[in-house]
Order: sequence, then C-alpha cells, then structure tokens
Amino acid sequence: MPEEGVKLFGTWVSPFSRRIEVALKLKGVQYEYIEEDLTNKSPALLHYNPVNKQIPVLVHNGKPVAESFVIMEYIDETWKHNPILPADPYERAMARFWAKYIDEKFWPAARKIVVAKGEEQKGEIDEIQQQMKNLEGELKEKKFFGGESLGFLDIAANIIIWLVVAQEALGMDQILNEEKLPVLYGWLQRLLDDAVFKECVPPKDRHLDLFKVKFGSSIASK
Amino acid sequence: MAEENKVKLHGMWASPYVKRVEIALKIKGIPYEFVEEDLVNKSQLLLQYNPVHKKVPVLIHNGKSICESLVILEYIDETWKNGPPLLPQDPYKRAKVRFWTSFVEKELLENVLLVVRSEGEAQEKAIKVVFEKLKLLEEGLKDLFQGETHHIDGENMGILDIVLCSLFGAHKAQEEVLGVKFIDPEKFPLLSSWVTAFTEVAVVKALQPPHEKLVMVYQFLRQKALRPSAAGVEVKEGVYVTSLSRSSPF
Repeated sequence: MPEEGVKLFGTWVSPFSRRIEVALKLKGVQYEYIEEDLTNKSPALLHYNPVNKQIPVLVHNGKPVAESFVIMEYIDETWKHNPILPADPYERAMARFWAKYIDEKFWPAARKIVVAKGEEQKGEIDEIQQQMKNLEGELKEKKFFGGESLGFLDIAANIIIWLVVAQEALGMDQILNEEKLPVLYGWLQRLLDDAVFKECVPPKDRHLDLFKVKFGSSIASK
Repeated sequence: MAEENKVKLHGMWASPYVKRVEIALKIKGIPYEFVEEDLVNKSQLLLQYNPVHKKVPVLIHNGKSICESLVILEYIDETWKNGPPLLPQDPYKRAKVRFWTSFVEKELLENVLLVVRSEGEAQEKAIKVVFEKLKLLEEGLKDLFQGETHHIDGENMGILDIVLCSLFGAHKAQEEVLGVKFIDPEKFPLLSSWVTAFTEVAVVKALQPPHEKLVMVYQFLRQKALRPSAAGVEVKEGVYVTSLSRSSPF
C-alpha cells in the first residue's frame, strides 16, 4: 500500500508545510506530523533534507521529498484520487504559473509590507493589491481556483491568509477587504469555511502574537 | 485546423530561458515558429500574451499563451506525449528531478547572476556561495544517478539537463568574462562530465550562440549592473541592447 509510512516535517505557522497538510488531508492520507523548532532543527530533518535544511519535508516509505510544490505534485501523482491538479495540460500550466507567481512575487511583497514604513509601505501595499487583482482575473466566477473543489492553486494561495493576519497585526484593514477585492475576499471566506482547509490554518491568536514578537516595532500595540 | 495546432515561441536569441524551451521543442520534434522579440521595444503581441510579466519566453499553442520556462517545459511534456519524455515516469524520480531543477533555478542561477553583477568583496562572497551550491549539486548528482553513468543525447534530455544546460552551456564565456572557473573537473567531476556531454548534443550545439556572442552578452550584463550611470552608457544601452536583439547569429 502506498500509504505506508508517511511523515511530514513542518511548523505550525509555515504556509508551506500547511499546504502539504491540506493536500494529504484532501487525499485522505494518514500521516505522522513532526513539529520542528527551526532554531533547533532535529537530526531527522537535517538527515532528510541536507541540501537546504528546510521544512516542509515529506517522507514516504523512508524516501524524502522537499520543496512544497514538488511535494504537492508528488502527492498528486502517488495518490491519484481527488486530483488537485486538473487533467488538461493548459489548465495545469495555469495553476503552476499562478502558484509560482504567489511564491515568487506575492510572498516577498507580503513580507516587505510587515517591515516597511510610510511611503515605502504604501508602495508595497499598492503592488500587492495589483497582484491580488491579477489573481482575481484567474479566479473569475469560480468557487475555487480549482473549480468546484480545492485545487493546487487554492492550496498555494494559503499565503493570502498569512497576509490577512499580518494586516490585522498591523492594525490595518485596507490591504485586503471586501470593498477593494470582492472576488478574492469571497474566495477567502469559502476557503476558510472549507472543512479540510480550516483544519490547516494556524490558530489566529497564536499567529497574531507571533507577529507582534517578530515584527514588534512595526506593529502598533493594541 | 492547422492554425489550432500551430506552435509559436516568442523569444530572444540571448535568453537562456528561451533556450530551454527551444531545446525541449526540438527534442520532441515539434515544429514551431520563432518570433524574435526586441526587449527594448516589446511587441504588442508579447504584452498581450504575457501581461503579468511581459517577458520571454512565451509559448503560443492552440491560440493560448503559456509563460514561465519551467511551466512551459512541463506543458510541452504533458501535451506531446509521443516524443522522448522530459521527466521520468516514477513519481519519486520525478520529485527528485523537480527538486534539483528548482535548486539550479533558485540557488545556482541566482548566485551566478550575482557574480556577474558584482565586483570586489561582494563578488568574492557570491563566488564562494556558487561553489558551495555546486558542491551540493555534485553530491546530489551522485544520489540522482545512483552510480550509473547518466547518458545524454538528443533522445533523452530531461528538464534538469535542459535547465543546467541553459545555465552552464555558456560556462566558457562565463569563465572568460568573470575570470572564475565554475565547471572545474577536479572539484566537480560528475557535473563537469555532464556539462561536457550536453554541450555535445546536436540539438544544443545547433542552438548555442557562438562563443564571442556569449562573451558579449555576459560583458553587457556586467556593464549594465556595475556602470549603468557611466556617461553615455544609458543612452547607449538602448542602442546596445537593440543591437544585441538584432544581431541574432542565425
């Protein structure tokens, strides 16, 4: 049985390891979860991912796979039911294109917003709003990026939740809201309502606290 | 009907990202029309087909555009199943290939570009990082090939071969311009023999610009990064890039 011995090394707050949890749960794959302390990485993690020593790492029957999108493709190819990528090559290309966009453009922009100030921060916010408008163009009128059910891009776009929590930690509400980005906002509500997805979101209060600790001076105290 | 199946590739002769797609198309035996883009004066078509990034390569197939070279490579593999596969069949082997492809793209390529664009202490630091990454790749190749000789020819180049080729196919030009030898057979024997092997593949050879042109490209990239505000260079840049665009060697 391909299901034997699945382990996932991750952290509670990393959107990247959370993605893998969603993928595994969507497929109904049983797995052992190992919470890593990234300031004190376990020998097991270093053994399974000596190249970049990062989470997430999926270990399947003793064989490690690293990099969140690589892992997601592996999961989809190994457990073929409930596919997370569509069948059509063009649709697959679109999902991969926008997933890449999220990691290469959206994620750096989101991280900058938390540490930037004044005019620079405003510029970063404008930039990320444009990015989110681009994503809305891909979503259009669908329930999820994957159509009727969660797909590769919905899972990849979990970083948007990170941004929403960051927004709250900053005491802001103007980056992503219903007025500015109604299509994406609607999608976000459906995402957070989804039975599988909502189990894989960092607990909000704990996440807010972490923001305050990490980005203390940028965050207005409540 | 013929229009539907037509393949067009918008590209630029000096771009290694475009090169990746060309190699893949040729390996699969897919006929295509190449549209040379002037990157200073991007065509309306390019801006229409890639509004998000406005970059090459863009593949047009069945009237639809696909952007980002790695996304295009997977699209090609999934659409034209008759030609040689660009990825292995087994999911775990596919994951390893994708992992190392991502490593070359993010860890190696970025740092090589940093070496090109820097000098002095900053460059020395960047060079050190490249050597560290090369060492990791050399180790990774041992695991990837599992002690077997990795035989490459025009029939079995995969995405990792293609991506590595697009970076180090120009290693001699890099060496000449940067004064650093990355593909050192003594330090990295597996990697060096691999690079030698793929530069000998007929398809790659046919697509490779001449050495002097590659030297010019690297010199230009370096000049642009280090002395962009030098008198006259900004004005000249447009002309230089345009002349780069138009001086396709084919």
